[in-house]
Amino acid sequence: MNANSIPAPEVSQTSVEAAGLAERISIADLGFYYGESQALRDITLPLYANAVTAFVGPSGCGKSTLLRVLNRMYDLYPGQRATGEVTFDGQNILSPDQDVNLLRSRIGMVFQKPTPFPMSIFENIAFGIRLYERLPRSELDARVEIALRRAALWDEVKDKLQTNGLSLSGGQQQRLCIARTVALRPSVILLDEPCSALDPISTARIEELIDEFKADYTIVIVTHNMQQAARVSDFTAFMYLGELVEFDSTGRMFTSPRDERTQNYITGRFG
Amino acid sequence: MVMEKLYARRRRRNGIAVALAIAATLVGLGWLALILGTLLWEGVSGLSLRVFTEMTPPPGSDGGLLNAIMGSLTMTLIGVLIGTPIGILAGTFMAEYGRYEKLTGVVRFINDILLSAPSIVIGLFVYEIMVYPMGHFSGWAGAVALALLVIPVVVRTTEDMLLLVPNPLREAATAIGLPRAYVIRHVCYPAARAGMLTGVLLAVARISGETAPLLFTALNNQFWSSNLNAPMASLPTVIFQFALSPYEEWQQLAWTGALIITFAVLALSIGARALAASRKMS
Repeated sequence: MNANSIPAPEVSQTSVEAAGLAERISIADLGFYYGESQALRDITLPLYANAVTAFVGPSGCGKSTLLRVLNRMYDLYPGQRATGEVTFDGQNILSPDQDVNLLRSRIGMVFQKPTPFPMSIFENIAFGIRLYERLPRSELDARVEIALRRAALWDEVKDKLQTNGLSLSGGQQQRLCIARTVALRPSVILLDEPCSALDPISTARIEELIDEFKADYTIVIVTHNMQQAARVSDFTAFMYLGELVEFDSTGRMFTSPRDERTQNYITGRFG
Repeated sequence: MVMEKLYARRRRRNGIAVALAIAATLVGLGWLALILGTLLWEGVSGLSLRVFTEMTPPPGSDGGLLNAIMGSLTMTLIGVLIGTPIGILAGTFMAEYGRYEKLTGVVRFINDILLSAPSIVIGLFVYEIMVYPMGHFSGWAGAVALALLVIPVVVRTTEDMLLLVPNPLREAATAIGLPRAYVIRHVCYPAARAGMLTGVLLAVARISGETAPLLFTALNNQFWSSNLNAPMASLPTVIFQFALSPYEEWQQLAWTGALIITFAVLALSIGARALAASRKMS
């Protein structure tokens, strides 16, 4: 398909659900390049505070790429660059002046595969906290406990905090990574297919967490699983071939999509 | 009919190939067994407490290898202490900071040349830059020559082991706002630790048997000397000198020294293997 034939995305600014919500992150005219090849073009999208926004679309549509722009993860690799603007807290985070480490402490990320650090369960969480705050031991202990409780992992690990994080099961490891992220008290949490390596029970637990987290964080989730997007998200962005096709409240997107491609994708006709 | 014939021919060929492979293995292992056997046979009879408590003797009298053992230990230790940090830092640059840079490819190529450079060339090089300007042989020069042999081994294993650390782990550490140096020190190094340690042990094993680089640098010393600014004895050079001598006591000590080195290196290699195995299991 000729990319130029895709019309501009239809963003319904008047949607009722968005009315009372503040924009935590504003993406404007975002383009992204892997070397010479363009992976994202003209993405303009609001991410609302205290809501879950899902990025969906077929493999290679750029949804993970978009997520990785939001915490400047692409900085790790030469040849990858973004154009346009991403505004967070009144600042364009794509600007070279942005302190990326500070940014990443405010915008946390959880990955597809659980990635505990090669250290104890306690250290996995305390390590990040210590980087930004000097706390007395008792307070650090408390912070670790709060983070583990928030990730619904405390009861399972409270008696073995000194064992290696790698000794946990996959679902537990993923919740450890979530605890590690919330321990830094971020305002935004990015989830990159957080359940794709987990069994249905672990998946359900993580989805419950996402629902609880809405009260305190802005959440962005990339998912392959349409049911999951329908279950957990308030807003859905459908992407295709590096462009944003449609953005709307999840309820409307799944019942009356405006674009034919969206309809075909969510009904399983392609992708 | 035709198939059967074809199959029989294949089986015959297979048999020949297997027989050749087994024969080649036996020839290789046979020599190794012969070397170890001869060493044990000739060396064990000379093993006694005296070997570890007395100095190398003048011709015709009894003595031990204490000064040579201590010299070897000292220079090996200093060589490793100098070479390991340089090797680890260079390997870290190649695998982490400079992974996508052209310079890394060049450094790797040059490092591989250094890795296979004849050690006598390294000895001559250090003779030129240290022994000649200083005007005398010294333990320091020997240690530096050994360090130059340690560096390429450690660079190679450090880079290889860090490249095995999965990128998602780096990204995860980066995602909580860790600066690159912290990611490397607190996440990548612990993940690659066993492999990197194995590399250092292999480097120790390699240099503890080196003779050529020491002949031009530390030379040798008949007497006890812990002065690194003076010539220093070492097991390989003492073996070299004593084995070529016409004196029976010296020849016996050479065999015993060879036995000590061989089994020390063997123990190190086994230790390195055990470490590598424990890494796979965790």
